[in-house]
Amino acid sequence: MVTELFPLTLKDAETSRRGKRLVGPLDLTLDGQGLCVVIGPNGAGKTTLLRLMHGTARLTGGRIDWACDTAEARHHQAFVFQRPIVLRRTVEENLTYPLRLRRVAKAAARAAAEEWARRVGLHALLSHRAGTLSGGEQQKLAIARALITKPALVFLDEPTASLDGRATREIEGILQKAKADGTRLILSTHDMGQARRIGDQVVFMLGGRVHETASASAFFERATTPEARAFINGEIVE
Amino acid sequence: MKQALMLGIAAFLAAGVAGADTLRMAVTTSFHNSGLAEVLLPEIQMDLDLDVQLLVVGTGQALKLGQAGDVDAILVHSRASEEAFVAEGYGTHRREIMYNDFVLIGPAADPATIGDAAKVTDAMAAIARAEASFVSRGDDSGTHKKELSLWRNADLDPDGFGPWYRAVVAGMGAALNTASALDAYIMSDRASWLNFGNKGGLELLFSGDPVLFNQYAFLPVDPARHPHVKADLVAKLETWLTSARAAELIDGYTIEGETLFVFNAK
Amino acid sequence: MRHAFWLVVTLDAELAEIALRSLRVTLTALVIACVIALPLSAILAVRRFRWRRSVIAVLNALMGLPPVVVGLIVYIFLSRSGPLGALGLLFTPTAMIVAQVIIIVPLIASIAHQSLRDLWAEYHDLLISLNVSQSQKVRTLLWDSRRALLTAALAGFGRGIGEVGAIMIVGGNIDNATRVLTTAIALETGKGQFALALALGFVLIALALGVNLAIHWIGQTERDSRW
Repeated sequence: MVTELFPLTLKDAETSRRGKRLVGPLDLTLDGQGLCVVIGPNGAGKTTLLRLMHGTARLTGGRIDWACDTAEARHHQAFVFQRPIVLRRTVEENLTYPLRLRRVAKAAARAAAEEWARRVGLHALLSHRAGTLSGGEQQKLAIARALITKPALVFLDEPTASLDGRATREIEGILQKAKADGTRLILSTHDMGQARRIGDQVVFMLGGRVHETASASAFFERATTPEARAFINGEIVE
Repeated sequence: MKQALMLGIAAFLAAGVAGADTLRMAVTTSFHNSGLAEVLLPEIQMDLDLDVQLLVVGTGQALKLGQAGDVDAILVHSRASEEAFVAEGYGTHRREIMYNDFVLIGPAADPATIGDAAKVTDAMAAIARAEASFVSRGDDSGTHKKELSLWRNADLDPDGFGPWYRAVVAGMGAALNTASALDAYIMSDRASWLNFGNKGGLELLFSGDPVLFNQYAFLPVDPARHPHVKADLVAKLETWLTSARAAELIDGYTIEGETLFVFNAK
Repeated sequence: MRHAFWLVVTLDAELAEIALRSLRVTLTALVIACVIALPLSAILAVRRFRWRRSVIAVLNALMGLPPVVVGLIVYIFLSRSGPLGALGLLFTPTAMIVAQVIIIVPLIASIAHQSLRDLWAEYHDLLISLNVSQSQKVRTLLWDSRRALLTAALAGFGRGIGEVGAIMIVGGNIDNATRVLTTAIALETGKGQFALALALGFVLIALALGVNLAIHWIGQTERDSRW
């Protein structure tokens, strides 16, 4: 049975820390079609928005509703961090970890790990300690680890920000493939090129607020807000 | 691998279980240092099938252990304290077993010339007059109390002594070590001295005065006060310690050809 | 002097018994202390509760507990005149194990906690995102820190095997019952038998080094595959 997470609705959602509002208030509805890109300059609050949706940042005002129960929704999500977090274990053990948590049998878990390692091009490094991998390889590992439990939705927080062109393209390829397999993706980036290449939907953020939401083609050709237009023209850096 | 480790640990723990018929007795360091215990204990094991566990402590601590009921009997050599122990109801009675003697040890050069003294009080007075280095047990043990009584007999008060008088608060062996290192005078029981392995420049300079005789007594801990005490085993031990066999072993015990103890149980 | 070394070289039965008892007491204490200290330090690393900082501060302070004072307190409790006297544990190896556990738990916990806290900082975001339960958090941290935890355990072992004050008081240094290497060394030194004491000392050093090396060796052999 496939649990339907979407639509995801945020109403007056905000989060503050020590009296200072970091993000919000936000009104947003996502239908989860394809790959949704949250774009904006550095410090716009993209990471915070993703964490709010995933449930790892605390909501101090408003509400966030999934189509199903929030706890249930959480079970079908995964998160990939900007700087990859890998366990101090081998590549294979990193991949089997989320499966073992869900009590998947050892043999099945290892088979899945091998399969996914192959898909992201890390098959030769299965028995290597994850800490010895390059940045790009670690991020591919993190993404494979996120996808191995077949989540309905994966959040990715600027996944290629610290990587070179080649690693970036390889990862974008992996994400396109995942999207084709039916996984929904919500990805944040400050790289417009990336947004153009892989985005189906765009959420534009600036200064902790969402300024515009549109399909990718609509956003890049006919952005309605002046801030969006300024950002597309490269006038806003942060 | 894990299982083997677990079994190993279990076996380890089990190995420590004590056997039956054991008795705990607190004895003084002087008695233990004499080495007599090594002769008596195996015989007791053979004759009575009794394993006597010795806690070797100072007289003060031995009496405290007896009061607390942590041991079944004590063997010490401090008559006044022993009588108080019984009077206060901690022990059932006091049974004399044997005596040895104390001797005065000092540097071979004998700066205080105690070798010529006629009585022990003269020797002590000579040491005080010369303010020669002297090491005292200082630990409230039977030996220490004896030493203090010797000073008192010579009309001297140790509290008023200068830095030449060093109280170390230690057992006989440790105190002898210090005396050896400092080339100082010290009062010791003969047995500890003979058994002492680090004599250095020290020699036995004075002995033989009857005042220096040192009576050992056996005191059972009162079962009325501490019901868990193994009173029957203690009685068996007492009977053995005052028997002809014990007399034979005690009188026959020598170090370097010298007898140390004189059996005098009645 | 020759006699002393001869005893050591020929593995004199009594010496072997004492050495084995030293190992038994300290290794048992070590296992028990690890069972207490390691999960405790893991829970302290991942769980947030009001007195967390105070507990950690107290744990660090307890490392400085003078062992002989611990021995005295355990003696007072286990004495026949004390609250737990009826257990009859005084002057047995069990009492010595109890004293050593009390002494080494704070040491192991403090060292382990430091490593676990560092690792938790590294894993925190990931494990929270994966919805890991408390016990799974603890297990993951303990397993991935095992090298550092081993160091903590070995530190505890070192503290225990060389300890003499506490186990002298609660064990009584009884021949054939509670005498171990450290208390035997104290006894022989007190008798002026320095050569024998020194020989015993060398055995103790060899034992301590041996255990350390063995544990490191066990750790290293699996280095390529899993560690």
